[in-house]
Amino acid sequence: MGPGTYLDFEKPVVELEAKIRDIREFARGESVELSRELHLLERKLERLRQDTFSNLSRWQRVQLARHPMRPCSQDYIDKMTTGFVPLHGDRAYGDDRALIGGPAMLGDRPIMILGQQKGRTTKEKLANNFGMCHPEGYRKAMRLMILASKFGRPVVILIDTPGAFPGIQAEERGQAEAIARNLREMSILPVPIIVSVVGEGASGGALGIGIGDRLLMLENAWYSVISPEGCAAILWPGEAAANAPRAAEALRVTAEDMSEFGLVDRIVPEPLGGAHRDPNTAASLLHATILECLVELSPQPVDDLLARRRDKYRRVGVFAEDETF
Amino acid sequence: MEWFRKAKAGLSGESKRDIPDGLWTKCGGCGEIIYALELERLFWVCPTCDYHFRIRHSDYIRLLLDEGVIEEYDRGLVAQDPLKFRDKKKYPERIADSQKKTGLADAIVCGVGKIGGRGVSFGVMEFAFIGGSMGSVVGEKVARAIERAMTRQIPLVIVSCSGGARMQEGILSLFQMAKTSLLLAELAEAKIPFISVLTNPTTAGVMASYASLGDVIIAEPKAQLGFAGPRVIKDTIHQELPEGFQSSEFFLEHGFLDRIVRRKDLKSTIISLLSFLCGPKAGVVEKSGHTLPNTVLESAETL
Repeated sequence: MGPGTYLDFEKPVVELEAKIRDIREFARGESVELSRELHLLERKLERLRQDTFSNLSRWQRVQLARHPMRPCSQDYIDKMTTGFVPLHGDRAYGDDRALIGGPAMLGDRPIMILGQQKGRTTKEKLANNFGMCHPEGYRKAMRLMILASKFGRPVVILIDTPGAFPGIQAEERGQAEAIARNLREMSILPVPIIVSVVGEGASGGALGIGIGDRLLMLENAWYSVISPEGCAAILWPGEAAANAPRAAEALRVTAEDMSEFGLVDRIVPEPLGGAHRDPNTAASLLHATILECLVELSPQPVDDLLARRRDKYRRVGVFAEDETF
Repeated sequence: MEWFRKAKAGLSGESKRDIPDGLWTKCGGCGEIIYALELERLFWVCPTCDYHFRIRHSDYIRLLLDEGVIEEYDRGLVAQDPLKFRDKKKYPERIADSQKKTGLADAIVCGVGKIGGRGVSFGVMEFAFIGGSMGSVVGEKVARAIERAMTRQIPLVIVSCSGGARMQEGILSLFQMAKTSLLLAELAEAKIPFISVLTNPTTAGVMASYASLGDVIIAEPKAQLGFAGPRVIKDTIHQELPEGFQSSEFFLEHGFLDRIVRRKDLKSTIISLLSFLCGPKAGVVEKSGHTLPNTVLESAETL
């Protein structure tokens, strides 16, 4: 990792790692006996990693989910699948590069895989609008899902978005309608749908491609009705940035929180310190979990699949009865 | 029981309470000072500029349902505090304040009534209750209203007025969008009609779920409609928003609204639409084989 690509709380770990690397280099060149020192430093590093990463606050997880080095949807597609054929366009208005998708093979299974792609380089980020979809992104996703269902292929979805794009053209082209329609159509799409939140899951922008038979969340992903900053801007106007960590706590945005509410089926573990520290392992863990879900879901008759999907969403909510009203 | 009582004639706009004695009211559109009784006669619509004052859920019940009568269901569903959400105020305190202010347990009233003699499953949102926001209770009541329409084979009419999903219930609020949309998929498969009526404002999580999924979508004039809030959009794109952005007129122009309907014409428009959607006379067997009974209240026991 280069300078500037780590978070504040990662800094001690990254610095110690760099120090160990330097000493090892030095020892190699100078034929100096440093193995004892190295051994001590490595033990220290291991402790530091555990201390830093094993009790992350909600806000730290939000930061990890946004880490500049965190794998994007495209990385997962490349590492998990073969024969990916990206398809474009919503057949109505245009092609939204914030949403990528197409057929691929997961092991020996043909699937439709799609997701929001934030982009890695500045150029790609701008072209992809930082993973914030316009309505044509949601409609493109729906088109690909309908294509999958026509040929009986399961759908695998990767969510990673700071939100549906809030802009003039997005409103003109019906952002609300595009999301609403997806919610309705995905709830009755007659093929298995496996949804994974791999990074950020912000509000309706995430949910708009988020209805399925299984909801997986990576360990450090977040999912919320509103971003911590958006929530803080409402509750503490003028000092939103300073209060975003507080909002993340109040909103309870982590995979563990989601699991407590019974909304997440599986939390997919990440390598210690986050997916960016070992993207290959992160991808293989996700790959294994998705495959397990596919094995569970694929043999189910469509009627059973849809009935279970229905029950899963019909149940959501916490309320009580009060006779005095 | 209070909610079976016939409502008094006339509408009472919220803004009336701003004026002592309720005699004169300033128009929120053109600033004209209008005699309150005149406004009431005009359904709280400004005679000069056509500004539609925001009215209460009870006003829409009087305006749209025959005799102003609703047989209310699920009145006692109340919110919990699953997140233990705290900001300046505890969420349960916010709920209690809104309950005191509105007399409602949460931000929607649902039940059955008649429109033009035809039974409907009816829901109307109350903006005065935490901005008409949708948490678990609103989501559940909408879900049950949809199920009621299916069980009784009667059309669904929902008057929306909401700033979106309720922040204080976090992800559970967001998932109410999924729950309500899923049930509307079933309603559509059952070929039961749904008329979505949008009032000022209908935005965000409500606009991006059931409010956008009507077979026919109509809105009052100049309502604020959209997905993202104007402040968020401005902060994101760093430019001024065009005049009339995210209004009913904007929605109509861009093809996301069937009609703009003035308040005084809402009921007659719904009646006309229902005649098409359900057939001209209740109880007539249509081609699809569905029977749409007129006598809603008689079939109440079926639930």
